[in-house]
Amino acid sequence: MADRDEPTGSLVRPYAVTKGRTRPRLEIALEALVETTVQGRSGAASRSGHGREHQHIAALCDGRLQSLAEIAARMQLPLGVARVLIADMAAEGLVAVHQPTSLDDNEAVGTELLERVLSGLRRL
Amino acid sequence: MDFDGSERMSGSAAGRVTSAKIVIAGGFGVGKTTLVGSVSEITPLTTEAIMTSAGVDVDDTNEVPGKTTTTVAMDFGRISIDRDLILYLFGTPGQTRFWFMWDELVRGAIGAVVLVDTRRLADCFAAIDFFENRKLPYLVAINCFNKVQYHDAQDVRDALAISPDIPVIPCDARERESTKQVLISLVEYVLSMRRHRTATPA
Repeated sequence: MADRDEPTGSLVRPYAVTKGRTRPRLEIALEALVETTVQGRSGAASRSGHGREHQHIAALCDGRLQSLAEIAARMQLPLGVARVLIADMAAEGLVAVHQPTSLDDNEAVGTELLERVLSGLRRL
Repeated sequence: MDFDGSERMSGSAAGRVTSAKIVIAGGFGVGKTTLVGSVSEITPLTTEAIMTSAGVDVDDTNEVPGKTTTTVAMDFGRISIDRDLILYLFGTPGQTRFWFMWDELVRGAIGAVVLVDTRRLADCFAAIDFFENRKLPYLVAINCFNKVQYHDAQDVRDALAISPDIPVIPCDARERESTKQVLISLVEYVLSMRRHRTATPA
């Protein structure tokens, strides 16, 4: 690791950490949940191309679900940059990405999800 | 209880890790982040998106000439509904010229809360137009600052010229119970719309 500068959170040249790539390999919703896999936990993240960022994400999502939005916010990275990094990690098997459930693809599944949200809110 | 809780574990979504989101819209300073923070289990976070000037509407005279990127900030919070189901509340960016971000915000959302200050009602017009255009269900929550509701719900409904079935409810965005009730009302409304849709053959 430590093959690049300290994190700055700066929006200057935001896509430098993705080596200029702005298109993710996988579309990831803002609220999609990311979870570090066993492989990601084993330190494989540090051996991949983006050592520091990948390690940071693997640590953030180790044993706790974090959305794309949370990862971007906590790492002070623009959303698009975080999305490219997470998509790379998913392709390498370092993280699992749990996409949100569509409310409309399947009426019954959507309704069930809404009912779970409703009862959860009532329990708060 | 208007649904059968015993059924919910039998569906395919149970046991699968997933998330959902609700959009919180309204004019600048109306209390969006306050509302999110009153019920979120985390201190509201801010995430930023960047776009190049090519996509920015050039109708804003404040835009710095020659500026090549624009940053849009959104505040959001999180509620763990279950171990495997997390609900996110996303505040919309204040400036309506950032429509590119609104598209992403509403995609797949349960619905939206349009938070209004009745002294500045016009601030929410753009959000209501947007949600109606995208057919995203929404309700209107009147933020009662210092417990004072300056106009009643019917006046607000008339002023906004919205359909009579859209809920218009008072709230205090600072209070957890009040915010909870707003979110519950929204999800109940979305569910009732779906039942109505299912019951009415196309």
